[in-house]
Amino acid sequence: MVHTFVYRHKGNPLYFVWDIESGSLYNVDDVAFLCAKKRYGLLSAEEEKAFSDSDKKDVSEINASFDELEGEGALNAPPLIKEFKKRTGAVKAMCLHICHDCNLRCEYCFASGGTYNTPRDYMSAEVGKKAIDFLISNSGDIKNLEVDFFGGEPLMNFDVVKQITAYAKEEAAKKGKRFSFTMTTNCLLLNEEAGNWLNEEMDNVVLSIDGRESVHNEVRHTVSGKNAYPAIVRNSLEFRKIRGDKKYYVRGTFTAKNLDFTEDVIALNDLGFDQISMEPVVLPEEDPMAITRLHIDRIKAEYDRLAEVYLERRKGGKWFNFFHFMLDLDHGPCIHKRLTGCGAGTEYLAVSPTGEIYPCHQFVGRSEYLIGNVGEGILNPEVRERFSGYTVLKKAHCADCPAKYYCGGGCAANALNFSGRPDGQYEVGCELQKKRMEVSLAIQFIERNGL
Amino acid sequence: MKHIETVTKKTLIPTREIGCGECQASCQSACKTSCTVGNQACVKEEKVHVKGAEEDK
Repeated sequence: MVHTFVYRHKGNPLYFVWDIESGSLYNVDDVAFLCAKKRYGLLSAEEEKAFSDSDKKDVSEINASFDELEGEGALNAPPLIKEFKKRTGAVKAMCLHICHDCNLRCEYCFASGGTYNTPRDYMSAEVGKKAIDFLISNSGDIKNLEVDFFGGEPLMNFDVVKQITAYAKEEAAKKGKRFSFTMTTNCLLLNEEAGNWLNEEMDNVVLSIDGRESVHNEVRHTVSGKNAYPAIVRNSLEFRKIRGDKKYYVRGTFTAKNLDFTEDVIALNDLGFDQISMEPVVLPEEDPMAITRLHIDRIKAEYDRLAEVYLERRKGGKWFNFFHFMLDLDHGPCIHKRLTGCGAGTEYLAVSPTGEIYPCHQFVGRSEYLIGNVGEGILNPEVRERFSGYTVLKKAHCADCPAKYYCGGGCAANALNFSGRPDGQYEVGCELQKKRMEVSLAIQFIERNGL
Repeated sequence: MKHIETVTKKTLIPTREIGCGECQASCQSACKTSCTVGNQACVKEEKVHVKGAEEDK
């Protein structure tokens, strides 16, 4: 299957032909663009007229080139793999819910004030260590294991985080494993001591800030309703200094209230951050902050705007990386990864503060998806077996999608929330993912050619 | 300009052992509410998306 798209750089159109199955990308001129659309049945009525006016010699030459590419398996290539099932044996990553409590109240929080609609529990060191034991003993031959300290706000239970980290490192050394640790924090308790420890021990630190102060304060505030922005920015910038070149992200969320989220990315970059993620909020359609179908065209235009800002800043002193524009076009993950996505329920699991195991952090508290617990292990293998079937190849809505090997089939929790099935479709998410992929591909071309 | 310029070709053709399970779980990076794997790197290959590596290319 072939996908065609246009990206406007500095006001000028760039035409692309994308071969979905082989991962081949071509920058073409306007005539070749129309030829590709004609060849693969994608022409609109207006384009049909333009195509019929094209120079016949050019059309013939272009089609000969397309014939050649098809012959090489680099255009309109057939699917490479038709049957595939995720392994359910090995677990490689766990999200530990260090506490179901938070010192911020974010109006869009999928965890309901950090509680996930459960009591405000704190994970004990004992439960955390059992989670580490579970992960190591279920990791099979996989050497590189991952633990993400998540909440709620994990720094509210910092001492336990430290104990779990030390224990994991000890056990890894004995068992020939290696842990990568990540913490996601709202930065409110990120003082110098915590910052130094995180810098030393965490492979990745995700700092939650929504961008402009006005945007942040409209949706995020302390438990008592106070302005938390100055403290969050001060602490996160101090940590940024400590962090140097080691891995971190500032991660914001945009809602229907700030569809001009490019301004928030700029605000974060201007503060001094150079690794930035800005995620669309996921909320039920009736919520006034929800991103709905009505917002899709507006957000697509904003991604175009953000891309132009991104390209310009990367040439100068404000170089930054945007998580959703990162694309490893020539290498990237293997086909297995592209077909299985995040691995929720199989290689990736989440653990509640009291030790229950769920397919991922967004499933915690949903009893019908309980897999087991860290003390007794896997009690409901059928949940994992079900998740093992959720691959790109099994989802009907992925079949013709140009982004299917770049999103891995989408988020199971979002799919459940919007379609009633973990293997269903979250249509808004799919539309935005497709747009981000097109923009990312165009960025690759533009930067490679110094345009 | 010539009509067709190849930016990259046949990057999804498996040319190496796949599915070793050693690379990062995608939700451990920066999202937690979406799913993106196209920006993930194979641990067996050079990572290119850090500033230093970009400059070195």
